[in-house]
Amino acid sequence: MKNNFNKFKENKILISHGDGGSKTNELIKNLIFNYLGNNILEKMEDSAVLNLDNKRIAFTTDSFVVNPIFFTGGDIGKLSICGTLNDIACSGAKPLFLSLSFIIEEGFETDKLCRILESIKTVLKEVNVPIVTGDTKVVEKNNIDKIFINTSGIGSIPAGIEISPSKIKPKDKIIINGPIAEHGISVLTSREDFGFKGIDSDCAPLNIMVEELLNQGLLIHAIRDATRGGLASVLNEFSEISNYQFKIFEESIPVNKKVFAICEFLGLDPLYIANEGRMIFFVDPKDADSVLTILKNNKYGKNSAIIGEVEQTRSNNVILITQIGTSRILDKFYSEQLPRIC
Amino acid sequence: MEINKVISEIEFLSKKLPFEVSLMEICGTHTMSIGKNAIRQILPEKVNLISGPGCPVCVTPINEIDQIIELSSLKDVIIFTFGDMLKVPGSKTTLFKKKASGSSIKMCYSPNESLKYAIENPDKKVVFLAIGFETTAPLTATVIQNALKNNVRNFYIYNLHKIVPPAIHFLLDKDKNLNLDAFLCPGHVCAVIGSKPFGFISENFMKPAVISGFAPLDILESILIILKQILAGKPETVIQYTTVVKENGNIFAKNLINDIFDIKPSYWRGIGFIENSGLFLKNKYCYFDAKKVFDIKSINSKEPKYCDCGKILLGEKKPFDCKLFASKCTPENPVGPCMVSSEGTCAAYYKYERFREK
Repeated sequence: MKNNFNKFKENKILISHGDGGSKTNELIKNLIFNYLGNNILEKMEDSAVLNLDNKRIAFTTDSFVVNPIFFTGGDIGKLSICGTLNDIACSGAKPLFLSLSFIIEEGFETDKLCRILESIKTVLKEVNVPIVTGDTKVVEKNNIDKIFINTSGIGSIPAGIEISPSKIKPKDKIIINGPIAEHGISVLTSREDFGFKGIDSDCAPLNIMVEELLNQGLLIHAIRDATRGGLASVLNEFSEISNYQFKIFEESIPVNKKVFAICEFLGLDPLYIANEGRMIFFVDPKDADSVLTILKNNKYGKNSAIIGEVEQTRSNNVILITQIGTSRILDKFYSEQLPRIC
Repeated sequence: MEINKVISEIEFLSKKLPFEVSLMEICGTHTMSIGKNAIRQILPEKVNLISGPGCPVCVTPINEIDQIIELSSLKDVIIFTFGDMLKVPGSKTTLFKKKASGSSIKMCYSPNESLKYAIENPDKKVVFLAIGFETTAPLTATVIQNALKNNVRNFYIYNLHKIVPPAIHFLLDKDKNLNLDAFLCPGHVCAVIGSKPFGFISENFMKPAVISGFAPLDILESILIILKQILAGKPETVIQYTTVVKENGNIFAKNLINDIFDIKPSYWRGIGFIENSGLFLKNKYCYFDAKKVFDIKSINSKEPKYCDCGKILLGEKKPFDCKLFASKCTPENPVGPCMVSSEGTCAAYYKYERFREK
């Protein structure tokens, strides 16, 4: 037992242990699982899929510590609801009930709390999902930064729906529902005084859009929202789980010109920047066009695009065909330089 | 010109080359763009690209890293730094780990953030890690001018600025084994200092030098210009990045640098002292100089064992030649600075080319 515990080498938790990349993985697998691991948790899916009385339930939880709490195109309230709804939707489930917990810093302005509650209310109304339980704690000034939120949610998975990266097949088309990196860049430009304006976060509840797709009986094999670590991380994770090589075309990946310019300026790669309203769909090739059409008709999918496909090759590599036609690996993500983006 | 046309012209000209040519890209941003766009893949066998000492983090001596780590432990000191410096291993630890142990360290994108913080927090001693070549030196100069203007007395810089042309001169003087045939010169640096300071490459050393932009087409066009010069036997220093670089550079930015800094010899990690290659705060501004103001405990710094960063910086070795590369030394657990910095040669090779045939 003791040897297992030694696998986690750091004697202090570093900021990178919370960035969703390889260090977070180390913390979870080498430390947390040693104490709490079980066969459901260790699947590390966005939602745990549970069998309750012969019904399949998706259950998930997420905490939100974004800084600043208000950013262009969203705020910590909207983010906390969308994040959990999207995690539930990724397992093919229809979200039913949510919980909401606040940890608030003493002295936090009531006006700001009202703004956050208002935006939570707006999203919940749009998707028609209620908050059914919650908790509120207040801590002394300077013990946390303004406000942190935790949400959890459960959803039901309709019979016959099986969405999982283990279902990915060769020739599947890989589709994204819009331009990448907008959430991360919105938060960054809202946080730092660069003078860049006009990038709205893509933060959005995508569960209804996913339901629409699944209701049509289209052959969707896997879905994942490309949050921390961005598009590149999701692709690498899925390639690893499915053990198939993916081929991605750089030119097909939608990126807003302004976002691209800001990334160039700051030395950031949009492929690794967080999204909060972008999902990657792995779709049987015969249904790819139908999926694309439905996505494009949805307000959260207007700029959807097929960005690549699953190859026959058994490997854990994602290959990027560059804009000049050469190819290289699209590496997994190592470390985030933008903490507290969600 | 269209990209395919440039590629086929490079292919065509390379057949006429009587020997293999080695071109050195001096700038880390070029190194990254070459990797990111897999440019080596489409170059003919006779055209080699070699990375040079173009990453400021990589050429910062380890004892400076150790000193900065020591400085971060001093009471009331808060350090502002660009992200890359956080993870560079010192002899014992990194700034990143010091941060988790309670040192006040903030990542920033502009030195202005540090000055603003200093004005808002007069009880803190704010130190900005001023690192970079001619591209970032004007920013540091501006922030010092603003600190002077606002009479800010709790703001300091830990100065690590270096300048590029003397390092290239040094390489060429030393070029016995390297056989470098031409240079892709740094577009951003030249936007500030102009193309003239690189003129010596063609005038004194008879080698082509092209000041290149960073998009794949820019880099390929620059390679094409170099091949034409080699075949014609007429080496010149020319600007490919004409939209941004002028022969005389940006006079305003150059004056800013000259107002604040003196040029003196400077130590480059893995290389040694290079004449006239460092920017040092003028004496009259010494009260901004963290190295002079703070009593920083001196450390016996030790270079990591078996790390070949020094030779890689000089273009004498490729990352694949280092026995730590991609085994003991990875972006998650970097040993040498070239694996840490986002512009480091090893980081670029690891990220984009580690599966390529060597």
